[in-house]
Amino acid sequence: MTPELGQLALILAMLLALAQGVLPLIGAWRGNRALMAVARPAAAGQAVFVALAFGLLVWAFLTFDFSVQYVADNSNLALPWYYRIAAVWGAHEGSMLLWVMILNVWTVALAAFSRQLPEEFLARVLGVLGIVAVGFLAFIVFTSNPFARLLPMPPDGGDLNPVLQDPGMTFHPPVLYMGYVGFSVAFAFSIAALLGGALEQGWVRWARPWTNAAWGFLTCGIVAGSWWAYAELGWGGWWFWDPVENASFMPWLVGVALIHAQAVTEKRGSLRAWTILLSIFAFSLSLLGTFLVRSGVLTSVHAFASDPRRGLYILAFLAIVIGGSLLLYALRAPKVAGGKAFAPLSRETVIVIANLMFTVAAAMVLLGTLFPLIGDALHLGKISVGPPYFGFLFPLLMLPVVLLLPFGPFLRWGKSEAAPLKSVLLRVTIAAVACAIVAAFFVDGQAKAIAGVAAAVWCGVGTLLYVYKRWREMPRGRRYPAEMAGMLLAHFGVGVFLVGVLLSESLSVTRDVRMAPGDTQTVGAYTFRFDGVHATRGPNWHAEQGTVTVLRDGKTIDVMHPQKRTYPRGQVQTESAIDPGVTRDLYVALGEPMDPNKLEGAWALRLYAKPFVRWIWAGGLFMMLGGFVAGADKRFRARRAAAKVAAEPVLPAKESRA
Amino acid sequence: MNPTRKRRMIIVLLVLAAAVVAVGLTVFALQQNMNYLFTPSQVRAGQAEAYKTFRLGGMVKGGSIERSGDSLKVGFTVVDADGALPVEYTGILPDLFRDNQSVIATGHMAGDHFVATEVLAKHDETYMPKELKDAMEKAHHGKAVAANEAPQ
Repeated sequence: MTPELGQLALILAMLLALAQGVLPLIGAWRGNRALMAVARPAAAGQAVFVALAFGLLVWAFLTFDFSVQYVADNSNLALPWYYRIAAVWGAHEGSMLLWVMILNVWTVALAAFSRQLPEEFLARVLGVLGIVAVGFLAFIVFTSNPFARLLPMPPDGGDLNPVLQDPGMTFHPPVLYMGYVGFSVAFAFSIAALLGGALEQGWVRWARPWTNAAWGFLTCGIVAGSWWAYAELGWGGWWFWDPVENASFMPWLVGVALIHAQAVTEKRGSLRAWTILLSIFAFSLSLLGTFLVRSGVLTSVHAFASDPRRGLYILAFLAIVIGGSLLLYALRAPKVAGGKAFAPLSRETVIVIANLMFTVAAAMVLLGTLFPLIGDALHLGKISVGPPYFGFLFPLLMLPVVLLLPFGPFLRWGKSEAAPLKSVLLRVTIAAVACAIVAAFFVDGQAKAIAGVAAAVWCGVGTLLYVYKRWREMPRGRRYPAEMAGMLLAHFGVGVFLVGVLLSESLSVTRDVRMAPGDTQTVGAYTFRFDGVHATRGPNWHAEQGTVTVLRDGKTIDVMHPQKRTYPRGQVQTESAIDPGVTRDLYVALGEPMDPNKLEGAWALRLYAKPFVRWIWAGGLFMMLGGFVAGADKRFRARRAAAKVAAEPVLPAKESRA
Repeated sequence: MNPTRKRRMIIVLLVLAAAVVAVGLTVFALQQNMNYLFTPSQVRAGQAEAYKTFRLGGMVKGGSIERSGDSLKVGFTVVDADGALPVEYTGILPDLFRDNQSVIATGHMAGDHFVATEVLAKHDETYMPKELKDAMEKAHHGKAVAANEAPQ
C-alpha cells in the first residue's frame, strides 16, 4: 500500500510543480499578483509531497519491502540499516528522487529567505525552478518510477553494489547533488533577469550567496568522491579523469568562473552578460553530469542503468533547457549589457583572464569526456581518451591562474598602480625560491616536487601577505568581512592543494609485491612485514584479512588490516588499510592469493607510502569553507532590512574590497 | 588607426593567437592519447598495426590464467569468437578478473603477444561494457559470444 502512496505523492508533486512553473511566470508577465502568489505555496506543497515520497522509499528499504522492484534490486536482509538508507540513492531511480528533493530544499530555502526580492522577480525565479522540477518529476514518474512493484515478491533482495557500501558513499551523492542542484538557483536568477530585462539590476547581489554556497557543496562532494575513490576503489589514486569525475568537475570549473564573474558584476556592473552565460553553462553542465552518470552512455562504475528511453528523455530535456535558455540569452542579453570600463591593469582584467582559463579548462574536459561519443557517432571506431590528455592540458591551463592568484586581491577595481604589485611580486618570488631551494635538499632533486613547493608557497604567501596588509591597514572589525575571508580561505586552499598534488604525485612510492608470511619489503623509510591472512566476517560479508606490520627504525608504527571482502552474490571488494598522517599516508591493499592451494600463504600486495596526500583533500576543504563563509556574508542579509525601509533600486556597491 | 581601434586590434590578435595555441595543443594531446579498442580477431587481422598502444577487449579464456611462481607476472589468453591473443601482465589484477569474464587491457604488441600495462575487468556479473559488446558484435557480425567455445 505505501509504495502506491509514494507514487501518488510523486504525481501530486509533479502537478504542483507544474502550477509553480507556469502560473507565476504568467502572473509576472501579466502583472497578476494572485497568480504570482501561487509560487510560494506550490513550492512548499511540492516539497512536502516529494519529501513524503522519499520518506516512503526509505521506509520501504527499512522494512525490507521486496515487493518494490527498486528495493529488491538494491538491498537484502543482511544489509545493515545505514546502508539500506544509503541504498535509497544507490541507483538510478532513487538518486533522481534525491535530486528533486534537494531541488525542493533549495527552492523552499530561497522562498523563505528572499522576501526582500521584488515580487515579480521572485515569481519568475520560483517559476523557473518549478519548470526544472517538472522536468525531473516527469522523468521519475514516466521512466524511472522507484515504487514500481515486483510481483511475486522475492524472499530476499539483490545487493547494493559493494563499492557503495562505505561511509563515504552515504555522504558523497547528497552533498554532490546539493552542489549540482544549487547551481539551478543561479540559473533561475539569470533566466529571471533575462525575462525581466534591465529592470532588476540587483539580481547578481541576491544570487551570489546561493552560488557561493552551491559551489561550496559541490567542492565538498567532489572531495568526498575523491576520498572515496582513494579509500574504497582500492588502488590509492585520488583522481582518474573518469567520465563521471569529469561530469562533476566541469560544473565546478565553470562554478569557479561564475563566482568570480558574479563578484565583478555586483561590484562594477560589468560582465553582466558573461555572468548570465556562465550561470546557464554551470547549470547545463550539472544537468549533463546527471545525464552522463545516469544514462550509461559512457562506461563507468557509476553508470548502473542502461535504458535508452531514459537517455532520450534526458537528452530532450537537456536540449530544451540549454537550447531554450541560450535562445532567451541571444534575444535578451543585449538589454542587460552595460557597466563600468576597466583599465588593462585592474582586478577585472585578472578575473577575466582566470575566467577564460577556467572556461577553456571546462571545455577541454568536456571535449575529452565526450570524444568517445563523438568518435562513435562519426564511426571513427571505439576510442577512449587517456588520462594523459587531461594531465597534460589541465596543468598548462591552470598555470597562469596559479601565477596570477597572489595579485588578484592587491589589484584595485577599475584601474590599479603597478608599484604595490612589484613589492608583492618581489616578496612571493623570494619566498617561493627560498622554499624551493630548501625543499630541493629533501626531495632528491625531484623537479615536480620542487615546483610543487614553490607554487604552494607562491599562493600561500601571496594570500598571507594580503591578510597582513588588511590587518595593518584596516581598523578592527572591518578587516575581514565574511566575503573576503571566504576568498582568502579558498585561495589559501589552492596552495594547500598544490602541496598535496605535486608532492604526493612525485614522491609516492608504490610497490606491487608478492609476499609470503614473514616476508618484509622496504618502501621509502618504512618496512612492511606481512604476517599472513586469516578469515573474518562482517554483517553481510566474509573476508580474508591480512595483517601487515609497519616498522620504522626497528620500531612498530602500526599494524594494518587490509581485507578482501566477498559479498553475498559473490562480488569481491578490496578494502585497503590506511595509516593516515599529516605528512604521509601508508596504504596497503590485498591483491590476490598467489598460490591456489594456499600452502605457502603468499599474496600479491600493493604497498604505498604517499607523502602529503591528505593535503589534497585538506586544500579542497579550505576551498569548500571559503565558499560557505563567502556565502554567509552579512552584507547580503543586511540588505533585507534596508530594502524594507526603502524599496529603492539596489545601490551600486559603495565599499570596494581593495 | 586611432588608439582605441589599435588597442582592440591587439586584443583581438592576442585572443586569436591564444585560441590557435589552445587548439593546437588540444589536437596534439588528443592524438597522443586516443586509444582504440580492438578484439583479438581484429588484431589478428592486422587492424591494430597502425597503433602503438591500443586497448584489447575480449573474454579471458577459461583455464588460461598462468601465474609465475616467484613474481607478479601473469599470463592469460583473451579470446573473442574468431580469435585469441596471449597477454602478459605484471601487477595486481582487478577484483573481478577471472575465467570467462570480459576484460579490457591497455598496452602494446610485443612479437606475437600483447603486453598489458593496465587491466580492467567488468564491473559486475550482469554487465558488459557497452563499447566492448559493440566491438565484439562488430568483429563477428552479431554471433553470440561464448568464450569457452572459442577457437584456440
